[in-house]
Amino acid sequence: MRVALVDYGAGNLTSVRKALRACGADVFTPDRPEGLTAADAVVIPGVGHFAATAVLDAAWRAAVCAAVASGRALLGICLGQQWLFEGSSEAPDVPGLGLLHGRCAHLREMAEEAGAGPAGAPGPSSDGLKVPHVGWNDLAATRPSDLLLGLAPGSQAYFTHAYAAPMTSATVATTTHGARFASAVQQGRICGVQFHPEKSGDVGLRVLANFLRQAGER
Amino acid sequence: MLSKRIIACLDVRDGSVVKGVQFEGLGHAGDPVSLARRYNVEGIDELVVLDVTATLESRRALVTTIQAVAAELFIPLAVGGGIRSADDAAAVIDAGADKISLNSAALADPGLLTALARRYGSQAVVVAIDAKRDGARYAVFARSGTAAAGRDAVEWAREAEARGAGEILLTSIDRDGTRAGFECHLTAAVSGAVQIPVIASGGAGTFEHFEDVFTRGRADAALAASIFHFAEHSVADLKTWLAGRGIPVRAVQSAPAPEGRRAC
Repeated sequence: MRVALVDYGAGNLTSVRKALRACGADVFTPDRPEGLTAADAVVIPGVGHFAATAVLDAAWRAAVCAAVASGRALLGICLGQQWLFEGSSEAPDVPGLGLLHGRCAHLREMAEEAGAGPAGAPGPSSDGLKVPHVGWNDLAATRPSDLLLGLAPGSQAYFTHAYAAPMTSATVATTTHGARFASAVQQGRICGVQFHPEKSGDVGLRVLANFLRQAGER
Repeated sequence: MLSKRIIACLDVRDGSVVKGVQFEGLGHAGDPVSLARRYNVEGIDELVVLDVTATLESRRALVTTIQAVAAELFIPLAVGGGIRSADDAAAVIDAGADKISLNSAALADPGLLTALARRYGSQAVVVAIDAKRDGARYAVFARSGTAAAGRDAVEWAREAEARGAGEILLTSIDRDGTRAGFECHLTAAVSGAVQIPVIASGGAGTFEHFEDVFTRGRADAALAASIFHFAEHSVADLKTWLAGRGIPVRAVQSAPAPEGRRAC
């Protein structure tokens, strides 16, 4: 299983590479979009500002779309998942890839829109919602999916982000922090996770193994 | 719901875990990799490796330690101690750290927080604040608690957040290693003043101390060393107890090697 890990300068790839390798993948980092043709699956990682995705120019966008069109599996992680959508209020002028319907927004915007209010988070220290959302939180499956196959109810994953994707028909799990957002998505072979599977212990490794397994069923 | 994190700290000197009381008198507590492995099985949420001497020789050993710990753990790993420059930070990030913790260097040059946040993202930048009670306020100390920085802890926490820090590792020098309980006034004051998560450190002795710092102390995470190292209390027992008290914690994995891991 040859996995192309796309490096666009948004964060450190060491942990993602290590976790994919632990799950049996042969990981490489193409320095040009044409490199994706050598891959069985494509992973777009990333942390930081949505504007960082602007490095993925027209040639990269076309190459990722071509990989998906040819039946290769795609996984976006954190900022990489957000990029699969149409865009984000974090950088309104930077278009997302648009493979998935909807736009990403700040957790506070989402909370206010949902009417919960920014101070709506219950809990022992409920003096206000802390954003960024950092730490381990629940994955609530919304429908069965290949990506989250075999995860026990109540499984938690590690998050660190301030913006998130909306709930749509692609959502396979949600997480709540002030607002409920799409913490995992799957539409055919297009997958995404807002959490960091490479930092989420056995739960995260299971998700990566699930992704690689379905990627191998091409 | 977002869980309160339980973080184990490994104070490392020359490749071995050591632990002192009130920042002095370091004694041996074991091998970092075997401790990290045990905590992972018990359900620790995150690890912090602090290089407590940070001499040149010790720094080389630290990189080896980080590589060995990161090779088998897939949970967040923060590293601190003696990080003075972007190059120091790059060395530990390249070795496998997810977060870098800055203390004296951030006090001397707060712009380093901004530079590292631009390069790695705020989620990778932790500001470590060592504070000692001074009347009704808390004074910040640099250089492992030996040098007064002339700063107020709450005010420095606010500035560090504004400059790009993504988390605060807040240690009470008065409580460090005493097992007398966390300094909840300090953690509540800082947590209420910033938007970023506050990790309480210093003073963990009983399960009740953790409940106290998560409620009265308004901490987002709590860090401990001694009470875990010497196996008096397991992380799993602590989490089970906290869950019973209504504190949200990540459920402990049932078996050391779940099916998902073997499927890899």
